[in-house]
Amino acid sequence: MAVLQLREAIRAAMVEEMERDAGVFLIGEEVAEYNGAYKVSEGMLDRFGADRVLDTPISESGFSGLGVGAAMAGLRPIVEFMTFNFSFVAFDQLVNNAAKIRYMSGGQFSMPIVFRGPNGAAGQLAATHNTAVESLYSYFPGLKVVAPSNPDDAKGLLKSAIRDDDPVIFLESESMYGLKGEVSDARDYMIPLGKARIAREGADVTIVAHQKSYWRAMEAADRLAEAGYDAEVVDPRTIRPLDIETIAASVKKTNRLVVVDESNPFASFSSEVACQIQERAFDWLDAPVMRVTAKDVPAPYAKNLIEYYMPRTEEIVAAAKQVLYAN
Amino acid sequence: MAGETRKKAGKPSADGEAEGNGVSAASWNGHSGVPVGDEVASGLDESFIYYPPGAYTHEELGFSGDQVLDMYRNMLLQRRFEERAAQMYGKQKIGGFLHLYIGQEAVSTGSACAMEIGKDSVITAYRDHGLGLALGMTPNECMAELFGKVGGSSRGKGGSMHYFKKELNFYGGHGIVGGHIAVGAGIAFAHKYKGDGGVCLTYLGDGAVGQGSFHETMNLAALYETPCVFVIENNEYAMGTATHRAFAQTDFHRYAHSYGMISSLASGMDIFSVYKAMSDHIAQARNNRPSILEVRTYRYRGHSMSDPANYRTREELDARKEEDPIIRLKGYMLERELSSNEEFDAADDEVKRIVMDAVAFSEASDAPPIREIYEHVYSQADYPFLTD
Amino acid sequence: MPIPVEMPKMSDTMEEGVLVAWLAEEGDAVSSGDIIAQVETDKATMDLEVYDDGVLLKKVIPAGAAVPIGGLIAVLGKAGEDISVLLAGYDGAAGAPAEASTSEAPVPPAGDGAVQPAAPDAESDTTFAGDDGRLKSSPLARRLADEHGIVLQQVAGSGPEGRIVKRDVEAAIRRHTPAPGVSSGYRMPTTMIEMPAEDVSEAVRLSQMRKTIARRLSESKFTSPHFYLTVDVDVERAVAARARINKQAEAAGGVKISFNDFVTKACALALRVHPAVNASWGEQEGVVLQHRHAHVAVAVAIDDGLVTPVIRHADRKGLAQIATETRELAKRARDRALQPEDWEGSTFTTSNLGMYGVEEFTAIINPPNACILAVGAIRDEAVVKEGAVVPGKRMKLTLSSDHRVVDGAVAAAFIGTVRSHIEEPLSMLL
Repeated sequence: MAVLQLREAIRAAMVEEMERDAGVFLIGEEVAEYNGAYKVSEGMLDRFGADRVLDTPISESGFSGLGVGAAMAGLRPIVEFMTFNFSFVAFDQLVNNAAKIRYMSGGQFSMPIVFRGPNGAAGQLAATHNTAVESLYSYFPGLKVVAPSNPDDAKGLLKSAIRDDDPVIFLESESMYGLKGEVSDARDYMIPLGKARIAREGADVTIVAHQKSYWRAMEAADRLAEAGYDAEVVDPRTIRPLDIETIAASVKKTNRLVVVDESNPFASFSSEVACQIQERAFDWLDAPVMRVTAKDVPAPYAKNLIEYYMPRTEEIVAAAKQVLYAN
Repeated sequence: MAGETRKKAGKPSADGEAEGNGVSAASWNGHSGVPVGDEVASGLDESFIYYPPGAYTHEELGFSGDQVLDMYRNMLLQRRFEERAAQMYGKQKIGGFLHLYIGQEAVSTGSACAMEIGKDSVITAYRDHGLGLALGMTPNECMAELFGKVGGSSRGKGGSMHYFKKELNFYGGHGIVGGHIAVGAGIAFAHKYKGDGGVCLTYLGDGAVGQGSFHETMNLAALYETPCVFVIENNEYAMGTATHRAFAQTDFHRYAHSYGMISSLASGMDIFSVYKAMSDHIAQARNNRPSILEVRTYRYRGHSMSDPANYRTREELDARKEEDPIIRLKGYMLERELSSNEEFDAADDEVKRIVMDAVAFSEASDAPPIREIYEHVYSQADYPFLTD
Repeated sequence: MPIPVEMPKMSDTMEEGVLVAWLAEEGDAVSSGDIIAQVETDKATMDLEVYDDGVLLKKVIPAGAAVPIGGLIAVLGKAGEDISVLLAGYDGAAGAPAEASTSEAPVPPAGDGAVQPAAPDAESDTTFAGDDGRLKSSPLARRLADEHGIVLQQVAGSGPEGRIVKRDVEAAIRRHTPAPGVSSGYRMPTTMIEMPAEDVSEAVRLSQMRKTIARRLSESKFTSPHFYLTVDVDVERAVAARARINKQAEAAGGVKISFNDFVTKACALALRVHPAVNASWGEQEGVVLQHRHAHVAVAVAIDDGLVTPVIRHADRKGLAQIATETRELAKRARDRALQPEDWEGSTFTTSNLGMYGVEEFTAIINPPNACILAVGAIRDEAVVKEGAVVPGKRMKLTLSSDHRVVDGAVAAAFIGTVRSHIEEPLSMLL
């Protein structure tokens, strides 16, 4: 085990997989000469050369499509978006080509590609640069969506994503790149996609939260403990495929569920979890499922507004108390 | 049938190709097309090549008479296949969209003869039946795919717009205009990355040139020096919009110059022009020089089955039909006595039988079992879908 | 000819019935076998069935009204038919709607055809519902309530807008479950009602059941001379036997036996040894009916009353079957779903207040039985065995007997047989 920053854990996963498989390459804006906009790919150009670590012009649609074609032809591209906000100009490549070609070809073509980069809000970046995309991309059958909350999960999940024969949207976080944590240095450290982690066990209420929201949820669980409530925190880690069994089992134990999600609330990950839980665990629920999400507006600029916009610890505590009938 | 065409109509020897084409890796000069720099009003560029109709003979290109008959038969197969498909659409055997390639067959067959099928790759847009058949997809799997049957190339999951054939390096059949262009660059990138010597031919219609993805891809392909040929099949209409109504610059090969790429223009109604141009472009691609080849062609049918094509006159259509690539090649062959009328009749009968067999095969093929709806979404067999 | 629908006799003790809810509207076509209303008798809420085809021409009485047996409830016939003659025929007759009972409480408007809750008289327990009349409860609360036999309508919800949530049902379950040391079934009252400053007495209208209990038990106590015999029974072996049986039942997924089932069985066997006890003071002058069947009734407390469903031929039934039937009858009693055949025809009755911690009590004979056995709680007691003081288990049984039918010696012999069966449970196998 070594203590690594999130960016180092992601880099370690890429480096290990590129050493293991010559078909793996990294392509994106500023990944090579600049060493990565957020220094995730620092040193990789020197290590692997310009054939395997490629800077691109600012053309997300172009290089995403290039990645799709390379994946169809048997390579394993890692396509970096400087932020997933920029993936929207490449939307067709992700949701039509990456997601659907296996299906439309009757299974003839695989799509072993990873699209990765920072997701969600990172402060006062205003509306176009603060979008959380997990709800959006997990809508599409054919895509897998991963959103780790810590360096160890990031490494194990990214290695699985790179080796996966399906397209994976791998979501990181600008504000978490410096987050440090113990990371396994086992050569084949793989965390399977689609397995949630029970981060904290508790008996009274289940809180489902991933990525940045996970840390808010853990804070909320501490505060609830001070108030005498024992919260269980489940980190889904993978948004699609979703480990709903683990969440449902937790809800059957606690009878109450709060879903925290940095997405906007309408037709989102949180609504999906709420819906599936009422389908699977209706008779175990003692309260309606509550959600804590980004506000239903574009992300604002002003400091106080963006802070209000994001899911906040006190909102999670309040929602948990509401389902606990503790107000 | 198509397989035989490939074998017989394959390229001349490497030596012949190098000398016959006269294209050097270092320069676009020395081609055997016609320089048309004089005609360029802007005077910005004089480097593109023109491959006009009627300029090449089969002997010059190194084809035997039998190979030419195979070319004819292959184009005819596409024509008869699509005519029958149109009939089946009317009989509601085929649903959804059905975009016919009729009139453009010289482009598909000419290309197939110029490339190394299995080594090189092809990707195209939604008007994909002609290329599929030219590359060697079987009429049975093609027709069954239109019928939405399990015997189809994609087991009934792709339909008309989404033919794929991995063994032939045929990367589809893509429904979103312009969406596949960058994918073509990626396939070419992979050829280079793997060093397998293959090139990727990316076909697109004139309408796709207006998409941002076209321009992004031209830039990337040129920047990364990927082994690809972008073939713009200019059939003069993007659905109902004539090119001059959509583009300020309707000489599409000229866009290459913006990206420092070589380009040329070929007649799409003469298979020999197409073949010659494709051969030259492929040779360039093998040296990691991406290029744009604009092929002027014409589609006789509407954009899709629901399109009455009111945007063009009967006279225009009749005039263009006289250039029909199949009639043209037949005339060439009769003129040179390459084939007898009996041979043409036999070819017609054979093609008709193959197409009728494809219809019978498709009728007999089962609809996909309902359980297959959950197959091929992911590689993972036990993927946890939300199922009913 | 219009066809009258009259109040039927729905139990052996019923004298009048309250029409709880109309299930059909005037103008509805009905046919034989259709249920047009619900009627509350002294024992249960019953369906009122019609036996003719026709149109419901008139609902003669409103929901909530009490009608004596034979009183006119409704008129069937052909649409537009004149029913005045028929109605006149009932006016002032014995079967006319009982105005007196309806005037005691406001008569609710006739139902709108949907199933209506019981008439709002004092007989209903306090019920809790939101402003819109819907009972709000969480899915989990509903499941828990169902599993523990809790009636949600009687649980106060503490959630938003009165939603009944898990903790409310759990509290209700605790009330139903004895605290350690107290035997099962005792509901400790937990809430106190508001007491106004001035003296106020509220008139609480009697339910049909309450009226029947009052009448029948007064009759019994005042007409049959009761005497009482009490014995203290050693139940150590029975308690051990029950534990063994239930352990096996648990392993096999079988039914668990309650201690009261032992008592039922013991009484039934004793009735065969002492036929004089298995008897009724006859309706007919100068006759006592001695029964040749042992039908043991078990008193079951339900809200605002008491019913006595019968285990027929309990002498011939095994403990498991007695247990199953008793549980089923008790559940139906609480659900007010007992039918007359469930409570009619008993020859002996037992009443058990042991689960409330009552050590001993005297019960009033359930007519037309000759005796009733009152069962007290099982006590841990220091007992003397072979000269030493050791822990033991004891239970008191008190037999009330009608001296017109049974004398002291007969009663003593009977209770002695009951006692010996309970003290040596194996004897019940013989």
